[in-house]
Amino acid sequence: MKLCYFAWVRERIGKTEEEVELPPGVTTIGDLVGWLKGRGEEYAHAFEHGEVVRAAIDRRHARPEAEIAGAREIAFFPPMTGG
Amino acid sequence: MSLSPSEIERYARHIVLREIGGPGQGAIKAAGVLVVGAGGLGSPLIQYLAAAGIGRIGIVDDDVVSLSNLQRQVLHGTPDIGEAKTASAAQAVARLNPHVLVEPLAERLTAANADAIVARYDVVADGSDNFETRYAVSDACFRKAKPLVSAALGIFDGTLTTIRAHERAPDGSWNPSYRCLFPTPPPPGSIPACAEAGVLGALAGVLGSLMAIEVIRQITGFGEGLVGRLLMVDARSMRFETLSYAWDDRNPLTGTAQAPSGSD
Repeated sequence: MKLCYFAWVRERIGKTEEEVELPPGVTTIGDLVGWLKGRGEEYAHAFEHGEVVRAAIDRRHARPEAEIAGAREIAFFPPMTGG
Repeated sequence: MSLSPSEIERYARHIVLREIGGPGQGAIKAAGVLVVGAGGLGSPLIQYLAAAGIGRIGIVDDDVVSLSNLQRQVLHGTPDIGEAKTASAAQAVARLNPHVLVEPLAERLTAANADAIVARYDVVADGSDNFETRYAVSDACFRKAKPLVSAALGIFDGTLTTIRAHERAPDGSWNPSYRCLFPTPPPPGSIPACAEAGVLGALAGVLGSLMAIEVIRQITGFGEGLVGRLLMVDARSMRFETLSYAWDDRNPLTGTAQAPSGSD
């Protein structure tokens, strides 16, 4: 599955995108975020405020409990406030 | 609204467009647009709105021009340092187009005054630099039934969307609100501001100019805008991506716990 990171999520993780093999049991966006947070400090930093970072499944915004089975791409994007 | 011969010449390249024409230019002249923030996003936005002949532009900003603003806030110049941004913006607009009335509002837009300010305009454009203002503006636009063009900047990134949460989509569903995308503000201090993190100056120009296109679109109605879509611009890798988002029945503003009912 392809993961895409935007804005300060990308800056914190240090990658624009990556391909991952998901372990069994990761079935929702929330599960995926929990799994990513365990992959290193940079991921833990990016997702430290839980649901502040939003997700999109195949370019459609999705809630944390949304099922990710069959998705080609999951994007993570955070709110920004600079003007 | 009728146009003088010199206005017809000034706006000729818009009037010649079938999608705008004389009626569209008249609507632009008749429109009042509220710009929240005369900074990085507000600078090109105000310039293009003034050049396009928006009849009345309200500019809310309680800040003064500082030297470190000038790297991106191209509405202001070196002689304006220390001056209120609203006053500097009004002078810049007067130079660009004498047909535009500027209403300077040198105050902070808050939840307490947002409804009263927003109510006086036809379209609102938010280029503010803090979440408190963003939520106050978007909530007020829903309550006062005003279209909202909302953009934000990160270091190398920008986002843009248009919100008409007081209206339904052609399929009968409610249009999404800002809170359908970002239900609640991030904890204070969790996201660094431009002042600490820095921001690529020309990126503000890209997003502010795109905001002007969306504002003109809300007035003249051409093409397809960003209602229900979030444009994300990544200047680090030059990616322009669009995500769709829908009304969320659990969003704290227009969710079913509180049935949508735009007023006015």
